[in-house]
Amino acid sequence: MGERRIGDVVLALEHVSLAFGGVKALTDISFDVREHEVRAIIGPNGAGKSSMLNVINGVYRPQQGTITFRGEPRRGMDPHAAAAMGIARTFQNIALFRGMTVLDNVMTGRNLKIRTSFLEHAIWWGRARREELDNRRKVEEVIDFLEIQHIRKTPVGRLPYGLQKRVELARALAAEPELLLLDEPMAGMNVEEKQDMCRFVLDVNEQYGTTIVLIEHDMGVVMDISDRVVVLDYGRKIGDGTPGDVRGNQAVIDAYLGVAH
Amino acid sequence: MNGTADTFPRLLLRNARERGGRPAMREKSLGIWQTWTWREVADEVRALACGLAAHGFRRGMHLAIIGDNRPRLYWAMAATQAIGGVPVPMYQDAPAAEFTFVLNDAAIAYAIVEDQEQVDKMLEAKAEVPALEHIYFDDPRGLRNYEGLTSFDTLQAAGRAFDDAHPGFFDAEVAKGSPDDVSVMLYTSGTTGKPKGVCQTHASFIAAAGGGAAFDGLTDTDSVLSYLPMAWVGDHLFSYAQALIAGFTINCPESADTVMNDLREIGPTYYFAPPRIFENLLTQLTIRMEDASAMNRWLYRRFMAVARRCGAAILESKPVPVVDRILYAIGNVVIYGPLRNVLGMSRLRVAYTAGAAIGPDLFRFYRSIGINLKQLYGLTETCAYGCLQPSGDVRLETVGRAAPGVEIRIAESGEVLLRGPMLLKEYYKRPDATAESIDGEGYFHTGDAGMFDAAGELRIIDRAKDVGKLAGGAIFAPNYIENKLKFFPHIREAVAFGNGRDRVGAFINIDVGAVGDWAERRGLAYSGYSDLAAKPEVYALVRDCVEKVNAELAGEPGLADTQVSRFLLLHKELDPDDDELTRTRKVRRRFIAEKYGALVDALYSARKVQHVETEVKFEDGRRGIVAADVVIADAKVFPPRVARAA
Repeated sequence: MGERRIGDVVLALEHVSLAFGGVKALTDISFDVREHEVRAIIGPNGAGKSSMLNVINGVYRPQQGTITFRGEPRRGMDPHAAAAMGIARTFQNIALFRGMTVLDNVMTGRNLKIRTSFLEHAIWWGRARREELDNRRKVEEVIDFLEIQHIRKTPVGRLPYGLQKRVELARALAAEPELLLLDEPMAGMNVEEKQDMCRFVLDVNEQYGTTIVLIEHDMGVVMDISDRVVVLDYGRKIGDGTPGDVRGNQAVIDAYLGVAH
Repeated sequence: MNGTADTFPRLLLRNARERGGRPAMREKSLGIWQTWTWREVADEVRALACGLAAHGFRRGMHLAIIGDNRPRLYWAMAATQAIGGVPVPMYQDAPAAEFTFVLNDAAIAYAIVEDQEQVDKMLEAKAEVPALEHIYFDDPRGLRNYEGLTSFDTLQAAGRAFDDAHPGFFDAEVAKGSPDDVSVMLYTSGTTGKPKGVCQTHASFIAAAGGGAAFDGLTDTDSVLSYLPMAWVGDHLFSYAQALIAGFTINCPESADTVMNDLREIGPTYYFAPPRIFENLLTQLTIRMEDASAMNRWLYRRFMAVARRCGAAILESKPVPVVDRILYAIGNVVIYGPLRNVLGMSRLRVAYTAGAAIGPDLFRFYRSIGINLKQLYGLTETCAYGCLQPSGDVRLETVGRAAPGVEIRIAESGEVLLRGPMLLKEYYKRPDATAESIDGEGYFHTGDAGMFDAAGELRIIDRAKDVGKLAGGAIFAPNYIENKLKFFPHIREAVAFGNGRDRVGAFINIDVGAVGDWAERRGLAYSGYSDLAAKPEVYALVRDCVEKVNAELAGEPGLADTQVSRFLLLHKELDPDDDELTRTRKVRRRFIAEKYGALVDALYSARKVQHVETEVKFEDGRRGIVAADVVIADAKVFPPRVARAA
């Protein structure tokens, strides 16, 4: 890779705490994400990884702390604003329209880029038509990039799990995000599918320079593809650094292997 | 410039002049079929050729071309020829280690490859190929941070600048070409020894392509789907040579996975595929039919019975009873037409298959629904041109008559000899091999054993080196028998023995998928291949197949003595990892005969059971021993019947 230059901080979380009633999901967490990097969030089950991601794209609003995205500090995001600001995501449990084709699903990723009105689209003339063609071209580039041409017209519900994950990634990429949030992109995949997915994640990062934050269970994958790793346990940050640093961190080892009490 | 189009670059320029606005190539890119006219192709080729010249490529040099079928790689072929070089296409799925031999053998310094995957292999090979200096790539994806490579676009841009500075260069280079120059070098895979570079001249490929195009009446309104490896002689003939001769359109699929879809969208009029592909298509179709509604399945069964009865005869314009004719016409509307459409064969005028034996049921299926599927016979050394089946008169067992311009002779030994303008010039740097394969009279020794039948059509029986004689003197063609056995879906591999023996015996591998499915439907429990293969019920199933083959052989002149009288089901699957099969799944019969000597002896004894122990290699590289008691079974043989075709 070499050339891919990691830039300034694009996203910073400071002292973020999130609670659901009396249950503390996240406690006083701070970390940052730099431009063009692959940043992983790891931790045992229930550590608060998905909550973390949901805070970043505004599904949850933290009770304390600030989130600074591209220099703009705020208490919380909301999902629509996050998407408009260039944050796209995929979900742990696939969230696609099962009855729609791959192409249509990926097209929905362009929704926010549409400027023309509903009425213009109903007539499908002039501006609306040009816009749709442009969007389709962009979508086709993503389809080509992720090598899913052969299932373009297949309803998503008929695809195997690994391919559905790839379609979800395609939809997120269609939005041309600056920051891509991936929630367990390799969960439930076999070895070959994992390898493919890793390659696509790295390709996205390299080709489009997209900053990526991913949650992952598979340690091997995380250590191979991330630049820096945040480790959570019981809603607290217990480690932060390069894969090498994190691997040697005693608190992390204890969290994963358990400690004798 | 020379007016006659007697080299491929001149053919390209002729097409640009005479049908410049017609489509020459299409490729599906970003979901849309993009088209290049002959004029545009000629322009792109000109830029590329000048670019290569600007980068130091000279007459007589070789250029490697590696990748999936893409217009740009076909342009690379023409551009290389235009400036007097020789393109050397290679199999895109081969690993780097297999490239190094060919790259060194052909002293290749220039390579145009498709993408990162191929670039990586070239860079890996480069360590052992000092001459390889110039690597050009088509698809830039993932190559941003590579050094020392040039993109296709840059090369063409350099070419356009060079062309502006030397306006007469390209035409002068094309004019320098002679029909007797080598136009392409195709490496044969070689079951024995190192691959050999087959040097074909412009003249020989033009003779082969022209002969075939005239035979089937190909014109510039035809179109083909180019999806078979560019390094294979068949693709070079159909997608390159014939396209340039007849001026028809070649269509490159979007990716290897979309071929079936692209086939349906394009609806080619001319099609070529090895039997394996026709088989896959039919399997997919059968599976989908099973899921269809009861009504549709009933219609399918009824009308396929009609098609089997009279479809092929109607295709060949032979007399057919009026009732059948009417039924077939109805079937054409409700079943055959839609089937052809689903297969992407609605517009198909001519389809060929070659490369391996095709199963009779498979062949009849396609012909019966009105697809003009024919067989041809040819080798890399003869530009895939030797025999063609004429459209009106096709017989399953033969490969047709000598194609226009080809002379065929059967040697004393039974080997098929070919002579004609399509023969190779030589094997590259292998005068010994050249002298061995072309005799004093100019006949090429194919290494295939064959015979002419009563109607004067050629029948290919086997590889000549495998053909032997039974102790009683009858000719023994093991492949021929094995293929007949393998046409049954329950049989995956077969090895026939009999050379120097008094009768024929066979080892058989069952197809664990098909037989396993059969067993499940009968409630037979089994734990794996060995267990399944030892079941008496499975033996009975296979005995049935063997006896059907025997009944067929009894009806074939000269082959009645080679019926399989005893067989056994091997306790393990033959595997390339154990050196029992080649990578292309051809049986290594000598090796198997040695390794399983005890079993071969048992076939020719009265024993009913033989104990064997075999060393096997597991996928992780460990070794182990498999022991089994293999049952030897007898099969019924039939008295010879006089020529009633099976």
